[in-house]
Amino acid sequence: MLIRPKAGILDPQGDAVQRALPALGFTGVSDVHIGRLIELDVEDAQQLRPMCEKLLANPLVEDYEVQLLEGGA
Amino acid sequence: MKFGVLQFPGSCDDIDALHAAARVGEAELIWHGQRDLRGADAIVVPGGFSYGDYLRAGAIARFSPAMESVVAFAREGGLVLGICNGFQVLCEARLLPGALLVNANLRFTSRQVQLEVVNADTAFTRACGAGGRLSIPAKHAWGRYHADERTLAAIEDAGQVVLRYAPGENFNGSAHDIAGVVGEGGNVFGLMPHPEHAVDELIGGSSDGLAIFESMRMSVEGVPA
Repeated sequence: MLIRPKAGILDPQGDAVQRALPALGFTGVSDVHIGRLIELDVEDAQQLRPMCEKLLANPLVEDYEVQLLEGGA
Repeated sequence: MKFGVLQFPGSCDDIDALHAAARVGEAELIWHGQRDLRGADAIVVPGGFSYGDYLRAGAIARFSPAMESVVAFAREGGLVLGICNGFQVLCEARLLPGALLVNANLRFTSRQVQLEVVNADTAFTRACGAGGRLSIPAKHAWGRYHADERTLAAIEDAGQVVLRYAPGENFNGSAHDIAGVVGEGGNVFGLMPHPEHAVDELIGGSSDGLAIFESMRMSVEGVPA
């Protein structure tokens, strides 16, 4: 599951990284956002979205995306 | 009256909350694993780092057995005060609107803050006086109050914004300078600053925090404001 701040919500971590990159000579960087990656094995993939809704993400402030790797990573 | 103060693994302000509550009534700790609220008339969800703040602050504490009982207690109209991490827990439990995000300056900050009492007509602020100010400490890294525009407009209209950082005091970047809100029913209150650390002028910088606990006592005991 990829969990990231909702669009439009101030993301000070992303902003700080965005300011740091040009200082290291990386140019043309914009729209930096920092989220979280949660990896897990689950028998029933139907449970993943409810897991995100109930615990893994806070839908008020975060968007999430589920990526399935059949047979395990 | 009796206060029940929850205690999670990682709570660190539970004893100060117990001490503050004991200034105005009886007070007892309630371990997170127990469902029995011990006949408490009001619950305090204290500050700290419940369950290590893993995942998000308050996200895991919300599902503890004691919190399940607190949610039921709140739904029946019981008074619940959440301080700092407790505020985060109550937001995660959806007993309060919005969420607390990382401070805009990304720093853990510990300082005395000046607060404006925006609504003194609540069960938690009736002893504060209309237009009053509180000087109490704040100490957190995840205290930036956030709610979407529609929610902010709704809680402003409904008088649910109870405390605001005074001009120049909003160090964490909270929306609308919000420091504390009540839920729709008015019986659940969360704030980021720490009234329980300001009950003794010798060590708290002021004793302004007592007014919050005193307000709760007056509400439970039916004392006219």
